[in-house]
Amino acid sequence: MSDHVHKDYTGAKFGMWLFLFTEVLLFGGLFLLYAVYLARYPQEFISAGKELNVWFGGGNTMVLLTSSLFVAISITALRRGAKRLCLGLLSGTIACAVIFMINKYFEWSAKIHHGIYPGSAHLKEMQPGEMVFFNLYYLTTGLHGLHVIIGALLLVWAMFLIKSDRVNADDFVILENAGLYWHLVDLIWIFVFPLYYLILH
Amino acid sequence: MSEEHAHIVPYKTFAIVWIGLLILTGITITVAQYDFGAWNVWVALGIAVIKSGLVVAVFMHMKYESRLFKLSLFAALLILAVFIGLNFFDVLYR
Repeated sequence: MSDHVHKDYTGAKFGMWLFLFTEVLLFGGLFLLYAVYLARYPQEFISAGKELNVWFGGGNTMVLLTSSLFVAISITALRRGAKRLCLGLLSGTIACAVIFMINKYFEWSAKIHHGIYPGSAHLKEMQPGEMVFFNLYYLTTGLHGLHVIIGALLLVWAMFLIKSDRVNADDFVILENAGLYWHLVDLIWIFVFPLYYLILH
Repeated sequence: MSEEHAHIVPYKTFAIVWIGLLILTGITITVAQYDFGAWNVWVALGIAVIKSGLVVAVFMHMKYESRLFKLSLFAALLILAVFIGLNFFDVLYR
């Protein structure tokens, strides 16, 4: 049995979770900033938050929740031997990631068109609390968007491995870990959406 | 090998959780139309916590993981809570 490769399935998954905890603390820092400035500038956060479009935020929430469902089901499909269904679902997830980023592009473009972006002259004329709100909005949704792109690339990589049967019904931890990363992207958005788009509407 | 693999979650369970998440999203948007004063943030956060609990427990399989995974998740969230709590001790009483 010289070709036996030792695989530590639990270890691989636990390692991914440890990494996700550091991600939670990274975004936790941004939510902490949000909380501190919300306590300091409650009125400015209300007026600035009204500028954000609930439809963009709400639509993207639906897109991400659905993409998470596809990833979750794809793992079950792979383990039941339904490889084509698994690949189809993962393609659906990547399509959701693309839709999310297109929405984000239009949303950011509209804001930037109105002169609302970090360091803009218009932003400097606003109340300090509104300026903080929009800077945090760009930082948080920007970092989140980067995670959407990385998560989608990880899933594309997993799809290639599934196609060539290097990830299969018995050895699927790469898909599971890529899926965990994708669910984290969804989790962060579950908090971003109400705090930035809905607060005190 | 396969004996350490957690059990396979059926499609139906995921679909039910997904419907639950969509309903909770609808509730978040609906309650945001009403003003609960200082409670607005806490209502929004409460629903977000329920939603994230569903995602972590079912989509991320935490419900089916060993105690090691659950305890480390708890430790990570506790660290985050301490981190936010201690900051507010400084910010609120400055």
